[in-house]
Amino acid sequence: MDQKLYVSAPPHIRSDTDAKFLMRQVIIALLAPTVAGVIFFGGRALLILVISVLSSIFWQRLMIYIKKEKRPLDGSEVVTGLLIGLNLSPLVPWWIPVVGTFIAIVLAKELFGGLGFNIFNPALIARAFLLASWPMEMTTWAAPFTGVTQATPLALLKLQHVSTPYISLFLGNRGGCIGETSVLALLIGAAYLFYKGVIDWRTPIPYILTVGVLSLIFGQDPLFHMMSGGLVLGAFFMATDYTTTPVTKSGRIIFGIGCGVITILIRLFGGYPEGVSYSILFMNAMTPLIDRWTIPKPFGYRVERRRV
Amino acid sequence: MKFLRPLINGIWKENPILVLMIGLCPTLAVSTAAINGIYMGLAATFVLAGSNLIISLIRKWVPDQVRIPIFITIIAAFVTVVDMVMHAYVPEMYKILGIFIPLIVVNCIILGRAEAFAYQNGPIESLGDGIGMGIGFTLILLILGSIRELLGNGTIFGFQIMPVTYKPVLLMILPPGAFLTIGFLQALQRYRGGKE
Repeated sequence: MDQKLYVSAPPHIRSDTDAKFLMRQVIIALLAPTVAGVIFFGGRALLILVISVLSSIFWQRLMIYIKKEKRPLDGSEVVTGLLIGLNLSPLVPWWIPVVGTFIAIVLAKELFGGLGFNIFNPALIARAFLLASWPMEMTTWAAPFTGVTQATPLALLKLQHVSTPYISLFLGNRGGCIGETSVLALLIGAAYLFYKGVIDWRTPIPYILTVGVLSLIFGQDPLFHMMSGGLVLGAFFMATDYTTTPVTKSGRIIFGIGCGVITILIRLFGGYPEGVSYSILFMNAMTPLIDRWTIPKPFGYRVERRRV
Repeated sequence: MKFLRPLINGIWKENPILVLMIGLCPTLAVSTAAINGIYMGLAATFVLAGSNLIISLIRKWVPDQVRIPIFITIIAAFVTVVDMVMHAYVPEMYKILGIFIPLIVVNCIILGRAEAFAYQNGPIESLGDGIGMGIGFTLILLILGSIRELLGNGTIFGFQIMPVTYKPVLLMILPPGAFLTIGFLQALQRYRGGKE
C-alpha cells in the first residue's frame, strides 16, 4: 500500500529507448542498402564502406580521448560512417572516406558539442565538403557489375536528355552512390524503422510527395524524380535525424515540404544534377526557426494572437 | 612605452581579426594565398598608421558632427597613395587584389581604430596602435593565406610543399575554407589567451 501511494517527481513513464538502441536499429535498417550496394558494385564498395566505418570510429575515439571524457561509443559514429560510405561513389580513392569522416565527426559533430548538439547532419556536411573539394573524384560513377564509369540517371537526364527505365531505378541497376541506387533495399530498411517506431512518417513522406507533385507541375516525370538520385536515402535516413530536424509534428511536415521544394529547384533550375544533400542541409539551418513557429498549444490554453 | 604598449596590444591581445573580429571581408577574399596576405596587410598597415597619426593630430579641431566624413577623407587620401604606388610598382599584385585595394577606405579596422582609438588618444599612441593593428592584420592574413594555400593548392608563396600526388582540398581556397581556418585560429587564440 505504501508503495502504491509513492509520490515522485515526473517523468512517471520511462522507456528503455536510448541513443544506443536507436542507433542499433538504424544500423540494422541500413544493412539492406549496404548489401544491395555491395551486390551491385562489388568488393570495391565493401572496402569503401569498411574504411568509412572504421575511420569514423577512430575519429570518435580520438575526440573522446582529446576531450578527456569518459563516455562509451554510442553507435552514432557507426551510423554516420555508414551513411558517408553509402553516399560515396564506389570508385572514390581510399582516403576520401577517411577525410569525410574526419569532417563529419570532428568538425560537424564533436566541435559543436557532440551528439545532440550538432546543427547540421554530420554525414551531409562531410558529403558537401568532399563534393566541393574533390569534384572530379566525387562525381565519377560506376555502372553496376562492370565497374565501367557511367553517369547517374539525373545527370544523364540533365546533360544528355537520356531517361532511365523505372525497373533499373527501383532495383538499383544504375550508376550512383553505393547506397542510393536501390530504392527497393532502401524501402525495406525504411519499413523496418517504421515497424520499430524509430522514424516518423511526417518528414520523409511529405518530402517525397512534394518532389513528385512539383516535378509533375513542372512537366517532368514524377516517378522518375521520386526514385532517382539520393532522394529515398536522404528522405528516410537523413531528413529523419533526431538532432537536426524539428521536434514538433507540424514542424516535421514543414521540414519535409521545404526539403522537397529545394530539391526540385536545384534539380530543375540549379547547376547540379542532384540537390537532396543541399536541401536537407539548408532545412537543417531552418530547424530552430520551424520549431519556434510550430510550438504546439497545450491542452486548454487559449492562443494569444501575436501582433506583428 | 606610450608607443610600444598599444603596438603590442594590437598584434595579439586585441588582434583585429581574431579578437575584435573586424575587417573580415577583405580577409576572406584575399587570403587565398600567402603572398596576397602580405601585400594586403602592408597596404592596410600603411593606411592605418598614416590615418591614425593624422586623425590624432587634428582631433582637437574636428567637430563631433562631421568627424566621420573627415576621417573618411583622410583615409581615402592614404588609400589613393597606396593604390597608385601598387599600380605602378607591383601591377600583377594590383591585378590580383583588384577592388580590395580601393575598398580599404571602408575597411572596418581603419575606421574603427580612428573612431575608437585615434580620436581619443595622442599621436604617439595612435601611431603605435595603427602599426600594431596593421601588423596583427598582416600576421593573420599571412597565417591564413599560408594554411589555405598549403591545403588548397599544395604550395606556400608559390613553392610546391606537398608531394605531387597530393590532391588539393579545393574547399580551402573557397570562402568556407577561410571561415573554417579563422574559426580554428580564433579557438587557438582563446585557448592560449584565455588564462586571465
